[in-house]
Amino acid sequence: MSYFTMLVELPCPFPYVPAMDHSNYPNDYIRGILNSVKTIALVGASANPARPSWIVTKYLLERGYDVIPVNPGIAGTELLGKKVYGSLAEVPGPIDMVEIFRNSEAAGPITDEALALDPLPKVIWMQLSVRNDEAAAKAEATGIKVVMDRCPKIEFGRLSGEISWQGVNSRILSSKKPVLSGKGFQKLGLNRP
Amino acid sequence: MSDRLPGFNTLAIHAGAAPDAATGARATPIYQTTSFVFDDVDHAASLFGLQAFGNIYSRIGNPTCSVLEERVAALEGGTAALAVASGHAAEFLTFHTLLQPGDEFIAARKLYGGSINQFNHAYKNFGWNVVWADSDDPSTFEAAVTPKTKAIFVESIANPGGVIVDLQAIAAIAKKHRIPFIVDNTMASPYLIRPFEHGADIIVHSATKFLGGHGNSVGGLIVDGGSFNFAGDDRYPMLSKPRPEYGGMVLGETFGNFGFAIAARVLGLRDLGPALSPFNAFLILNGIETLPLRMQRHSDNALAVAEHLSNHSKVSWVSYPGLRTDRYHNLAKQYCPKGAGAVFTFGLKGGYEAGVKLVSNLKLFSHLANIGDTRSLVIHPASTTHRQLTDEQKTQAGAGPEVVRLSIGLEDTEDLIEDLNQALDAA
Repeated sequence: MSYFTMLVELPCPFPYVPAMDHSNYPNDYIRGILNSVKTIALVGASANPARPSWIVTKYLLERGYDVIPVNPGIAGTELLGKKVYGSLAEVPGPIDMVEIFRNSEAAGPITDEALALDPLPKVIWMQLSVRNDEAAAKAEATGIKVVMDRCPKIEFGRLSGEISWQGVNSRILSSKKPVLSGKGFQKLGLNRP
Repeated sequence: MSDRLPGFNTLAIHAGAAPDAATGARATPIYQTTSFVFDDVDHAASLFGLQAFGNIYSRIGNPTCSVLEERVAALEGGTAALAVASGHAAEFLTFHTLLQPGDEFIAARKLYGGSINQFNHAYKNFGWNVVWADSDDPSTFEAAVTPKTKAIFVESIANPGGVIVDLQAIAAIAKKHRIPFIVDNTMASPYLIRPFEHGADIIVHSATKFLGGHGNSVGGLIVDGGSFNFAGDDRYPMLSKPRPEYGGMVLGETFGNFGFAIAARVLGLRDLGPALSPFNAFLILNGIETLPLRMQRHSDNALAVAEHLSNHSKVSWVSYPGLRTDRYHNLAKQYCPKGAGAVFTFGLKGGYEAGVKLVSNLKLFSHLANIGDTRSLVIHPASTTHRQLTDEQKTQAGAGPEVVRLSIGLEDTEDLIEDLNQALDAA
């Protein structure tokens, strides 16, 4: 059983919070999301390795997430070994999290597409610098958790401690050892004991 | 811990320093190694492409140094930091990240003499042109702004000691013209002044001084406040343009509000090389654990010594903002209410000769060119650091023939005062 399989079988450790403060997420809220999702549809995927969306796709794949790239411009091609879809509706099978790598305005219609999925995703995550409060409210009304203006790679790095290797202020203090996540020494897990 | 922001004392001990993931070592280990094994070939490619967090080679990053970086970023309230070989290296990499040949930056005239030299001479080789302004008169910064101005630089508590700079007034000018505001916070340390709270965008430190605090290690820090949006700003191509070194990556976009710190690391430190030794990082980290205790004692001791000297018959004046009568006392109350730091100057009625005699007669104070040690330090600038200047230049720099600079340490003030008394009597 891989590290991530273990994680996704844990019960969701946080309660549903209806009035989320979207400028200040509790660490446990983000950690709960990153622990509970497995399949991530990344809308706005790029085939250019210099683009943040490519980097995030690669990082999340390396950490055991099943990332499904979505971009109508490169639909049908392969990106980091994964088939690219033209829209959320075309993705076969359930999606746990929709990650929106487009601008704030585009996040509105993409959220609408996500809300038309059956089953609904558990999480809609808008990338760093992307914020659409109207779309967020619509999604939250259906019980979907929303994260805005955050990068899942940065958040994973922050909560695991990996980002501290780059001198970034993780804003997390702990007297517990970080968790080595399987092979090698340069990947850490989300959950300290 | 909860998400509540921990207090300064807690951060000084814990920020960045979890137990070691592999061994459980509780004190931060000294990772005295040049290089780090890759998990696999793909991992190596990810690290070199800036696509994963991790360690490659200690010139670019080292786990002991990164604890120091996160510690200082947390204490200053910044988004990230970069540890480098010295305070000078911190300044150099900061300007290298912001300036192109032919650009200008505005700097306060009252600065550490080493910084004045660096700006006036070394930077000329790169085509970076300093324009001097008067930190006592913020309007001189406004008047110095041109389309080529790429940065504004001041010290929060300025050399040669006893000068408090009105950070908010200068920050407002920087903000109005959309210019990054760099503050050298060496003399204050984040315990006394937190410049990001007053509008700074970038902070630099000589960690050699109060952060390390024990006079044993040279080091420097650059702290990114995350407040200046470089993305899309053509004036700062290191951050806003695709970088050929990294496959066309735009650093200010990819790394968001810590893009400046990353750019200083991967374009500056990587290519220019002034890396901090992990051993020095360890000693500076040890020092920082007691920073709040030491800075308070430094300031309290300095006030006691300054008060004594201001009543001494052989002393003509004392320049310490902690003194109620000092011209900077109101600014000190506004910016550093806990204390005005350890360093100040005073004038001797006996002039140059008295200054030379004083430093020779002191038995506890050490005559050397540093500040921010546990030990009390003294220097007579006119006969040492500033001896090559004309008398007029010396006076302008606050280093006239009668001036003595003290950096008050953590000893008992009775002993410091006794030493000064006997040396003044003999001077």
